[in-house]
Amino acid sequence: MSKIIRVLVAKPGLDGHDRGAKVIARALRDAGMEVIYTGLRQTPEQIVAAAIQEDVDVVGMSLLSGAHNYLFPRVVELLKEQGADDILVIGGGVIPDDDIPNLKEAGIAEIFTPGTTTSEMIEFIKNNIKDN
Amino acid sequence: MEWIKKMLEGDKRACAKLITAAENNPEKAEKIIREIHTHTGHAHIVGITGPPGAGKSTLTDKVVKSLVDEGKRVGIIAVDPTSPYSGGSILGDRIRMQDLALNPNVFIRSMGTRGYLGGLSKYTKNALKILDAAGYDYIIIETVGVGQSEVDIVKIADTILMVMVPGLGDDIQSIKAGIMEIGDIFVINKSDLFGADRTATEVNMMLDLTMDMKRRPPVVKVVAVKNEGIDNLIKEIKSHIEYLEESGQLEKRRKNNMKLEVVELIETELRKIVISHTDKENKLDGRVAEVYNKEKNIYEVRDEFLRAIKN
Repeated sequence: MSKIIRVLVAKPGLDGHDRGAKVIARALRDAGMEVIYTGLRQTPEQIVAAAIQEDVDVVGMSLLSGAHNYLFPRVVELLKEQGADDILVIGGGVIPDDDIPNLKEAGIAEIFTPGTTTSEMIEFIKNNIKDN
Repeated sequence: MEWIKKMLEGDKRACAKLITAAENNPEKAEKIIREIHTHTGHAHIVGITGPPGAGKSTLTDKVVKSLVDEGKRVGIIAVDPTSPYSGGSILGDRIRMQDLALNPNVFIRSMGTRGYLGGLSKYTKNALKILDAAGYDYIIIETVGVGQSEVDIVKIADTILMVMVPGLGDDIQSIKAGIMEIGDIFVINKSDLFGADRTATEVNMMLDLTMDMKRRPPVVKVVAVKNEGIDNLIKEIKSHIEYLEESGQLEKRRKNNMKLEVVELIETELRKIVISHTDKENKLDGRVAEVYNKEKNIYEVRDEFLRAIKN
């Protein structure tokens, strides 16, 4: 039996726009993945605690508040502290192009901005998760 | 296994890794369960079941908070349905348990049903044993939102909370067989809504119809979102635990469940033997053709296969 991919979909920070996160969660569900949705206004600590207890393969964060430059790298950092840096971290939302190189440098594997299709994201996850 | 040692020392990541292994790979599951068996049996297992939207997750959140405040360590397994089409699922029970996520004495794990129909997943039992071995005092199992007959929770829980809400039907619903028979404690949630007293009365009347009851389940009214009635519910849970221990029912119930489990394991292996025999050279298809042509009946074919297996 092949392993079912588990994804944590999280909304870090203070914005309440979860339409995007829900569309993503639904698309991943339809692609045969188990999606753990955390709900709104999560701290990086909460996201990492959930990622570890749920033993996910991917953490996907959706953020539209502009605080991505702090919150996304912080999640990567905390995962590393817990020895869980094998988890693939991706992000999405209204992220300016100029910020993307730094975010990737900080360990976010990919940033998906408006216009990305859900199938592109699903392919990316399937091709980049670590086997364990 | 390295993870087992770490899990027994209380490492949450190890615990999570073991649950994943036990969920995905039957051989690994067997290996883990064999090794941790002697560490299990200490946790008290509380099942929370009821229809979708009854407030099971919110109630779980409040009950766990109250237990944690007493200094207990609590594990939670929250089950949500898997899509029969894609095999994927949305596991959303954590949304109602935000404050618990960071509590060092709480472990929350979401599971999809993965095609299993009894209100749980086939692997819930394994996850439960791992959390038990990890030393949690209580393990709360939240089933999927159930209808009338998903009663598998009785096979693994010591205390079952049946969560109901006002407005879902009349008193006939409460005297039907199935889910209404398995509650050890009936919880009327959202009892600030119109009709709550009536629902409570209907459940009480149903319970009073049972003649040979050793213990009459209490009916507890709560409003989980407002944390109302939770103290009372915790008191009833503890009183049920006391009853189970004093009456010997705990041992009886657990032994009975173990018996079912062993039989199930044997059945699984026997099924493999049956399949390997009937699949040989498409033997089954040939016999089915004979049944179709009225040359043989289904029982003759059964006996033929049984004789072949026995030899």
